[in-house]
Amino acid sequence: MLEKPGEIQVDKEIDARGSFCPGPLMELIRGIRAIPVGGTLALLSSDPGSARDVPAWVQKAGHELLGAFPEQGYTRFVVRRKR
Amino acid sequence: MPRQIIIIGGGVGGTITANMLARQLRPHEAEITLIDSTGRHVYMPFWLYMPFNDSDPQSQLLVRDERTLLHQRVHLLIGQVEQIDVANHQVHVSQSSALEPASGKRESVLVYDDLVLATGARLAFADLPGLEEGPGVWHHFYDTEGALRLRQALSTFPGGRIVIAVAGIPYRCPPAPLEFTFLLDDWLRQHCLREHTVIEYLYPLPRVFTIERVAEMVAPLLEEREIATRVFFTPEAIDQQRRVIRSLEGEEVPFDLLILVPPHRGAQVIEASGLGDSQGWIPTDRHTLQVKGQEHVYALGDATDLPVPKSGSTAHFEARVLARRLVAAIRGEALEGDEGLYDGEVMCFLETGNRQATQLVFNYEHPPEPPRPSLFYHLEKQLLNHAYWHLIPQGLI
Repeated sequence: MLEKPGEIQVDKEIDARGSFCPGPLMELIRGIRAIPVGGTLALLSSDPGSARDVPAWVQKAGHELLGAFPEQGYTRFVVRRKR
Repeated sequence: MPRQIIIIGGGVGGTITANMLARQLRPHEAEITLIDSTGRHVYMPFWLYMPFNDSDPQSQLLVRDERTLLHQRVHLLIGQVEQIDVANHQVHVSQSSALEPASGKRESVLVYDDLVLATGARLAFADLPGLEEGPGVWHHFYDTEGALRLRQALSTFPGGRIVIAVAGIPYRCPPAPLEFTFLLDDWLRQHCLREHTVIEYLYPLPRVFTIERVAEMVAPLLEEREIATRVFFTPEAIDQQRRVIRSLEGEEVPFDLLILVPPHRGAQVIEASGLGDSQGWIPTDRHTLQVKGQEHVYALGDATDLPVPKSGSTAHFEARVLARRLVAAIRGEALEGDEGLYDGEVMCFLETGNRQATQLVFNYEHPPEPPRPSLFYHLEKQLLNHAYWHLIPQGLI
């Protein structure tokens, strides 16, 4: 089980902290194109809207959310590109 | 020696900044030069209406000579900025001589003390596969030629499936695709084509507009007019042969006529000069409008990476703040409180069809509370479309 954010090795990390809706979601959509299928990406977001938008988009787009980890003032979303 | 202020771009932001500086600063304090690639000032909101009316592309409501809008103390240089060298405070400009086209381009180098980047956004067709093949079955209204071609396409449209999509965020004037959809619905009804037409509106976000409160207000209006919507649709490619648009999320939507907000990027010269992010938007301080890490360089309007709409309204409010800031800096005056600081202020209209509109007023801290659409806001927008030319570029309001 992957429980601690520090244990997840990602291929790419996008720091979208301080950018607000729809900024972090757009960064994720752009970022996922830049990694290979099977690769992982971390998105750091301080926008409360991401808690709802990011999981919804990941599901819709057929990728996998490996976790949403609350940190100090932001959340770290880890996503695996599935297709 | 007067300070040399160079402003690149003769759109809303650049023009207002130049005029306000020229009015406030004395000749011995500053010399102001505005560089624009065409010397023509375009009122872009006019494009939204062009597909539905028979307006002339030379209309005075659409385009005027930049010179006629500038204070007499602003030098206007018509030329292409090829390179911005912030390390040496230089701007490289190429001009082709209208009198002697055979003599080729003339290069000049200008030196600035303060630089204002009002370089805007550009359409980046190459960013979406299928767009570059040329406008066949897809259309847009993001420049004069595009709006005229769309007008032509609508004039022969027999009914069928019309799809409206947005290539990516950010794009200029966030409400425009929604407004277009409502005006299209009106137009189809007026031409007895609505019952033969399916309209589908696609949007990359989980709702129909960037701002949640506005999306909540608009969604029922779309439903009332039987306009289908599909969210989380980020266009990935257009197959013109099969007439389908595919999304990154894995869906495929067929169309007879596709109206797409094209991909946008920052200006070429910003990318060429290494001043932009991966999309060519300039990293800008959200309050001071100073380009991050660059003293004496400022950015405003569509060119910035700020989380505010790319619209003339944004540029208008930013220009007033920036002019205040520059005047104070040149005179060594202290700014008090929130003077000279941009708070994210934006005011724009959203046409909802049936001669109605609503108004969006907001800033960084407060989201808009759009009033119920009414004739009043529609008329206000129409008034602005005319009054613009007499009040806004001049920096009078």
